Amino acid sequence: MSLEDVRRRRVLAYSVPILAVLGALVIGAIMLVALNADVVKGFSKLFTGAFGSGSALIETALKATPLLFVGVGITIAFRANVINIGGEGQMVAGGLLSTIVALNAPDLGPFVMIPLVMTAGLVGGAIWGAIPGALKAYYGVNEILSTIMLNVVAVQLMNYLLRGPLIDPLEVERGTRIPQTERLVESADLPRILGSGRFHIGPLIAILAAVVAYILLWRTPIGYRIRAVGQNASASRYAGIPVKRTVVLALTMSGALCGLAGAVLVFGSESHRMVTDGSTAGFTGSAGFNGIVAALFGGLHPLWTIPASFLFGGLLVGGLALQRAVQVPSALILALNGLVVIFVVSSDRFRKRLLERPPAVIEDGNNTAAPAATATGPPEATDPGGGDA
Amino acid sequence: MSDLFTQSAIVAVVAGGIRLAVPLLVASLGETYGQRSGVLNLGVDGIMLLGAFGGYYTVLKTGSPWIGLLVGVGIGVIMGLVSALMAVTLKAEQGISGIGVFLFGLGFSDLLFQKWVGTPRPITKFPKLDIPGLSDIPWLGEMFFQHSVVIYLAFAAIPLSMWVINKTTFGMNIRAVGENPEAADSLGVSVSRIRWATVTIGGTLAGIAGAILAIDLGIFQQNITNAQGFIAIALVYFGAWRPLGIMLGSLLYGLVNALVLQMKVLEIIPTDWSDIAAMTPAVITILALVVVATRFSPPSALTKPFTRGA
Amino acid sequence: MKRKFIWVAVLAAFALIAAACGGDDEVDVSDFRVAIVAPSASNDLAFTQSIVDAVDALGIEPAVTDGTFVVEDAAAAIRGYAEEGYDLVLAHGSQYGGSLSEIAAEFPEVSFAWGTSAETFGLDNVYSYEAASDEGGYVMGVMAAGLSSTGNIGVVGPVETGDAKLYVDGFIAGAASAGATATAVYTGSFSDVALASETAQSFASAGADVLTGTAQMVVGAVGVANDEGILWFGTQANQTELAPNIVVASQVYHWEVILEDIIEQVQDGQLGGEIYKITLDNEGLVIEFNEDFDLPDEVRQAGEDAIEGIKDGSISTG
Repeated sequence: MSLEDVRRRRVLAYSVPILAVLGALVIGAIMLVALNADVVKGFSKLFTGAFGSGSALIETALKATPLLFVGVGITIAFRANVINIGGEGQMVAGGLLSTIVALNAPDLGPFVMIPLVMTAGLVGGAIWGAIPGALKAYYGVNEILSTIMLNVVAVQLMNYLLRGPLIDPLEVERGTRIPQTERLVESADLPRILGSGRFHIGPLIAILAAVVAYILLWRTPIGYRIRAVGQNASASRYAGIPVKRTVVLALTMSGALCGLAGAVLVFGSESHRMVTDGSTAGFTGSAGFNGIVAALFGGLHPLWTIPASFLFGGLLVGGLALQRAVQVPSALILALNGLVVIFVVSSDRFRKRLLERPPAVIEDGNNTAAPAATATGPPEATDPGGGDA
Repeated sequence: MSDLFTQSAIVAVVAGGIRLAVPLLVASLGETYGQRSGVLNLGVDGIMLLGAFGGYYTVLKTGSPWIGLLVGVGIGVIMGLVSALMAVTLKAEQGISGIGVFLFGLGFSDLLFQKWVGTPRPITKFPKLDIPGLSDIPWLGEMFFQHSVVIYLAFAAIPLSMWVINKTTFGMNIRAVGENPEAADSLGVSVSRIRWATVTIGGTLAGIAGAILAIDLGIFQQNITNAQGFIAIALVYFGAWRPLGIMLGSLLYGLVNALVLQMKVLEIIPTDWSDIAAMTPAVITILALVVVATRFSPPSALTKPFTRGA
Repeated sequence: MKRKFIWVAVLAAFALIAAACGGDDEVDVSDFRVAIVAPSASNDLAFTQSIVDAVDALGIEPAVTDGTFVVEDAAAAIRGYAEEGYDLVLAHGSQYGGSLSEIAAEFPEVSFAWGTSAETFGLDNVYSYEAASDEGGYVMGVMAAGLSSTGNIGVVGPVETGDAKLYVDGFIAGAASAGATATAVYTGSFSDVALASETAQSFASAGADVLTGTAQMVVGAVGVANDEGILWFGTQANQTELAPNIVVASQVYHWEVILEDIIEQVQDGQLGGEIYKITLDNEGLVIEFNEDFDLPDEVRQAGEDAIEGIKDGSISTG
């Protein structure tokens, strides 16, 4: 196999997720037809609603922001062989802590307030990630169990706080008691850029976080330890790496990023306050789950998660526009969302296979004998224990 | 507080706890088969929702809860096969593929519900069965022996599963595949066939759990499971992958829920504390697990796809 | 010639009187585009269904984005409909308020209506509307007290907020005025049907013989009431069909009563700035009795008296 073949396969590999999405959309089209909806109008709205205008692109970027944060967080955790499905709860925790800080700190102007509340978000999420981390490392409690349970706890905590101590005094006056805080201090508003009024710096912070995560994972000792533990925990232990602490660290960092997502949601929102309807998804928009998908789209590599989140965010935004245009029940969009995930996840194996470089290529004189792992484009999240070919 | 210790209150809590526990129990048991063989399926909630709608719709049209249950089985089988295809043959990333099934199930069941049913109508539920003799025992009779028929069937699945997993060749293969697929493979056990079987069983039971939920509630609604599928998955860990543990875990969760509810009804818990009280089942589960978990470990091959020769 | 004139005049007078009498078709809605953004499903037999039904009742086919409990998504939907030039956008969710205040300011030519709430942010293109659900709650609480023989009445609530809280408080007050105590339990969720069902079951075991509840999860409770032979009072939509044997009455929201006004005003150029309330008095709230249920006369009378009392202001629902 020649270098050109390799390149061609690489191109094919990148197109696999796109093809998968198209496959899911085909089924979506069938559903639209079954509902007597205008398929052409619907799909054109799907694309224009996501990418068709300046404001659409802005909406997509904003929708992608929590996905990117969560996705990068998931990536870090996955590298340590830990599955973090607690993103929803961690977002809530981060949102809550940053809100509490904003409500109680003196108004020190945007240059202080914004980093302050963002840090609070990081801390809140970090705590919510550290708990399952510690439970796993020191008590052997499986992280899937603890993160699911903590998601439940986070919802109830949010409801209690937003309906009780943190509630908007206006709501109490009016007697309606909607679970929301008052409009938070203006200097904590995420600054708007590009003048349009909707685009704030949230997406930029997220991109920055992705870059930092990349540097962390591949250029620092901590990142090395995380990846080592993820590849082979017992070998790492022999090598003197504190496995338990590393696991806790990975989950904590993952949680911190989700918490930051929550804070950005609160301070970048239209309403400039934390509000919910009683469920987690009412606040997070299921970004805790969709972020996992975005991470997968990005091959579990922080930098590739950036375009992946953007595309996935576009799909979500476009879906909403489709719903409005052809008036199908929102449930269809949700089902379509699920189909996209199913198709992309199922096709991942082909993508991985296309990216592998067979040993024979190394014989080529022009090629430095690079180990197969690093030569396959975006580094893969190898399944722990080498379960995949 | 003394109201809580009356016969009617205690009976209500136990009976209610059992009722709340059953869908969790069935779904969790199904997931156990899969996980024991090394496959994690996070799509349980979505399959439950599809099974719930299928069951509800069938009973709505035919009037028979049993046919509805059968449809729930069918839907569970289909979704189980799909999940197996993704996880075993296509080797999709198990932490994520299930989420897709969940989202799809949530959306699709709601979509069909809005288009085919519109305004919900109540349906016939499963018949109640008072076990002769036992149901007349004071206290215990009402708690345990006056339930709907499916509840008895669901609990019967526990000893059945214990027998299958521990005493049959199939069960032995499941365990082997979950602990050491390479060794099992070298001994001639078809890892992928076992996993296909277990994941399909998991899906089937999830579909049944959903159908039971809807038919026993006598109604359907969007997101009727309210994330119980995820609780069921968590309970697999809690139960240490053993049917008996699953049963204890689901009962614990159900009973705590029922207890909190009864305390609210008796006004022992004031409405201000309503949300904090609702956290209790989750917190207790975690605490209980901390106590229990050090003694059991997961199947070694859990979440790792298997390829011969790797 | 004179005769023809007279006939024309008489017919014209008739037409004017007919138009002035106000019927459903009075408002010309042929070109009026309405969009609804709501948090739950359009067929939830509760909150969202009430507004969709109301717009339908006016002969308009609304564009609907339902199931939008994610506040940011709802904001996107409201904004989207505004951008597409809808005449009236109904933001039918109390939690949408914060976002709406920002969006409405950007689209001064579009009329927005926010429910349930009593706040228009000082913007002149925002209407708000709410329901005095405590009124119907009170009436039904009175009747529940009259029907209960054990004196044990239960209320299954979702979350102690907004419209739900109003209803529950009104119901409890009504029952109290007739000498009975109603107990309220908030399940903590708008959508957990199983929990609502179990709550009803708990009430049943505690000896309740009349139940009520609000929000879309209530269908679970109704089912239990049906099985146990417990009487039920419904709200937000007519719930008789759910359990024809035990549903006594429902407080039905007829938003169309105020929507009609709003639409007329929008067509006249006033895009907002008023707060509307549906009440027993303006017949936005109607207690619809289940005619197949054998309601004792004195109970019905007590209910009718309560309705009259609230309408003329002599009764306060607390």
